[in-house]
Amino acid sequence: MAVTRRQFMKVSAAGLAASSVGALGFIGAGEGLAAGVRPFRLEKATETRNTCPYCAVACGVLVYSATDGSKDAKPKLIHVEGDSDNPINRGTLCPRGAASLGFAHSPNRLQYPMHRKPGTNKFERVTWDFAMERIAKLAKEDRDKNFVTKNRDGVTVNRWLTTGFFAGSSCSNEAGYLTYKAIRSTGILALEDQARI
Amino acid sequence: MTNSWNDIKNADVVLIMGGNAAEAHPCGFKWVTEAKANNGAKLIVVDPRFTRSAAVSDLYAPIRPGTDIAFLSGVMRYLLGNGKIHQEYVKAFTNASYIVREGFKFEDGLFAGYDASKKSYADRSTWDYEFDDQGMAKVDDTLQHPRCAINLLKAHVARYTPEMVERICGTPKDKFLKVCELMATTANGERSMTSLYALGWTQHTTGAQNIRSMAMIQLLLGNMGIPGGGVNALRGHSNVQGITDFALLSTSTPGYLVLPTEKETTFADYMKSRAFKPIRPGQTSFWQNYRKFFVSQQKSLFGAAATKDNDWAYDYLPKFDTAYDVLKMVDMMAGGQMNGLFCQGLNILMAAPNKAKVQAGLAKLKWMVIIDPLETETAHFWENHGEFHNADPKAIQTEVFQLPTTAYAEDEGSFTNSSRVIQWHWKAVDGPGESRSDIQIIADLHSRLRALYTKEGGAFPDPIVNTTWAYAKPAHPEPVELLKEINGYALEDLPNPADPTKVMLKAGQLLPGFAVMRDDGKTSGACWIYTGVYTEAGNMAMRRDASDPTGLGIHPNWGYSWPANRRLLYNRASADPAGKAWSERKKYITWNGSRWVGGDVPDYAPTMAPDKSVGPFIMNQEGTARLFARGAMPDGPFPEHYEPMDAYIANPLHPKVTTNPAVRVFAADAKSFGTPDKFPIVATSYRLAEHFHYWTKNVHDNAVLQPEMFVEMGERLAKAKGIQNGDWVEVSSQRGMIKAKASVSKRFRPIMVDGKPCDVIGLPIHFGFIGLTRKSYPLNTLTPPVGDASVNTPEYKAFLVDVKKTTPPASSPAVA
Repeated sequence: MAVTRRQFMKVSAAGLAASSVGALGFIGAGEGLAAGVRPFRLEKATETRNTCPYCAVACGVLVYSATDGSKDAKPKLIHVEGDSDNPINRGTLCPRGAASLGFAHSPNRLQYPMHRKPGTNKFERVTWDFAMERIAKLAKEDRDKNFVTKNRDGVTVNRWLTTGFFAGSSCSNEAGYLTYKAIRSTGILALEDQARI
Repeated sequence: MTNSWNDIKNADVVLIMGGNAAEAHPCGFKWVTEAKANNGAKLIVVDPRFTRSAAVSDLYAPIRPGTDIAFLSGVMRYLLGNGKIHQEYVKAFTNASYIVREGFKFEDGLFAGYDASKKSYADRSTWDYEFDDQGMAKVDDTLQHPRCAINLLKAHVARYTPEMVERICGTPKDKFLKVCELMATTANGERSMTSLYALGWTQHTTGAQNIRSMAMIQLLLGNMGIPGGGVNALRGHSNVQGITDFALLSTSTPGYLVLPTEKETTFADYMKSRAFKPIRPGQTSFWQNYRKFFVSQQKSLFGAAATKDNDWAYDYLPKFDTAYDVLKMVDMMAGGQMNGLFCQGLNILMAAPNKAKVQAGLAKLKWMVIIDPLETETAHFWENHGEFHNADPKAIQTEVFQLPTTAYAEDEGSFTNSSRVIQWHWKAVDGPGESRSDIQIIADLHSRLRALYTKEGGAFPDPIVNTTWAYAKPAHPEPVELLKEINGYALEDLPNPADPTKVMLKAGQLLPGFAVMRDDGKTSGACWIYTGVYTEAGNMAMRRDASDPTGLGIHPNWGYSWPANRRLLYNRASADPAGKAWSERKKYITWNGSRWVGGDVPDYAPTMAPDKSVGPFIMNQEGTARLFARGAMPDGPFPEHYEPMDAYIANPLHPKVTTNPAVRVFAADAKSFGTPDKFPIVATSYRLAEHFHYWTKNVHDNAVLQPEMFVEMGERLAKAKGIQNGDWVEVSSQRGMIKAKASVSKRFRPIMVDGKPCDVIGLPIHFGFIGLTRKSYPLNTLTPPVGDASVNTPEYKAFLVDVKKTTPPASSPAVA
């Protein structure tokens, strides 16, 4: 039988009433204490195994998510702790990993596609469709205009040098591979990541 | 890392130099603590600053930033001169006995073959062995020949006496010798030393040679392939290892294959220089499989469009004339040669040196796309932030997009950690607002380009319209689909080599390992070193069996370690030439009479008997490791001390060649370097335990713990400049000026360099004008736009500045 902390406190309170504390006249103290204890907040949370987003030690973390109980609410991260099963970090986290919940919830997380027009002083919200259509068009224009099929010696080189791509070093292997595949196929040579810098 | 995080516990000596694991990798550092507590290990820290790693060390030695090669060459001189090398290991497993070509020389700071007009070693032909008429390298097993690699090395390092080390590095002679003595206790196969380094070694114009120096020391001591040994790069980002493996790098393709140059006009040309034939009798030379890996990769990328008849779509790959690395890209932007830029989770305005140049470059772009979970300085480069970042939005015509991505716990997939262990992570929640995963965004971009090129045509549409995209949902490939594609499939039924009438793998089955890859188009596999990560037995990256049967910290069933689930590279070298462990203490992989056995996957053919004399370093054509690098490095087959580009002193070894002669300096940067008459103080950059790069300044708790930029300086310098703790200080370099608060500490002490006291200051990298921290001047306002001669990693760790007391910034630094 699973015993919640509240149930445990109630059982303890019953014991307390029959004990010397009860004899001293503190009847009800245990119940009061039990009523004041919040339920263990991870009790209804979902545990998910994850890896710390920061450095390449790759500490195992357990992230806990839950909804606020309201109708149609989406689960949110509510707690992060080290994964003691992971042999690399054995449950420990550093000041960065231990505070990583704040990264997920940072007020500086981007929410929507934004667009800054030339010469203006602000970002404006746009739709994904607008942003992606415009980016694809700009990229194709630049590629079609500047693609180098052959170099001066007439050798086939098939390269596109006027657009560059900096790849993220915190993307997954799967995202990284797809990025390589999609970007190299355009002929971009200026493809780099954080590894060198 | 050649070894693993857990393996550090097996070390008897730990050297932290070029890094600060206690603060930058705290949970990896726990294995140093473990080694100290349970293995009696001694910790040596060599650093300009008395770091928190130093605070728990057994031996701390100060060093001037940018002089590591002088220090390490001095160590080599000590080991060679005092017979403190592991003789049998060195003789059997390195190229110590190989005879170097006549004509190779080193004089007045230059190796043979230097072309002053090209500022490079245009002719590296003498940086090689003598070969016999069979194409085999000549050796002298008696080590008597004067041009044996080890004798040339002895002569090369003879100049690095303890006195010279003290003069260049500022390390007191007695401290230096104590470090040598402690390292030398591991030259025997009974004890081992691990080397832990990070950007403190890479971010120099001699970065790659710093690491090579350490690798040479580890070879002399016999510490490569040994538990508790190795050369271990403690890497930065959570998946920087994986992204490097997948070659998001200008001149590479996945799995450390090389993109063709424009001189390799055909696939046959390309393969000609990649034959990697063995150059010693009986050797294996593993890279002879190159063609199998390359063809399988092309099949993953281009599927049916890659055929034998079109040389496996060789012309679909761009051919390069020069490397388009980060510094080159910034130079091109600043020179108006680039129109478009994508920044996927890379904050280039903060990450590249010489911020003024980066800022000017971004302003010349026509468009820029930011793909990031956070607000970044780069996205806002056009915005005016007063003296912290001065810009005129009206004048900047760059069109900018910000695309929000999911991050931590909001998507699934695998990360490869610093020690090559691939671990899966699972999704817990949706990302904020309308954020999308990087996979979705890239898939969307590709799909739109493909549709446009299919419909309208355009410049060479072939590789775009023929890229394989066989995902169940083309707009949203699943990570498991991608990991399977990375692993590779049998594309046709593959016969069993032992009995060709039987089928080993049916068409469509996942490959069990890279050994079955073929060069006839019958297998795919995007990144050969990852083959084995997702087999018919399932997703190995998801494995969570933490058991460790040997107790050596191998954990063979936790995730998957590339290559071939091997946890310790070169582990054949843990046994002597006859296949016996060097010692019971360091027993790891041994020959049992019929095969190699142990707790890890042997880094060797599993049934190759020791009497076949195949060397343990099978990735080299000679089967041995290289004390003499041949032509592999652009700045010399031996490491040599050169001053940082902001040179603090004339090089005492060769004053006419003070800095690295093979470094690339762009014409636009010719006047970007400072001199000690104007900038008499040495500066280095560093990281704080409380922050990760430029991200955590957006996280409340971290911003509270470390709220603003500061400059750390010693008491002597502060007193001389009339600066008190907390005063505002101006720090200037040849590139620019920043203001920051002074943190006066005992962690920096002046050191005696070339007979004079030298002050060093430290500057954290993390602060900028976006975030929950106080607005600060970005550090890269000060740093020099030049990189390492081999790989162009910027010189962030050693540059010249001046400091003076100043007034607070005019625009009061309020929280953004």
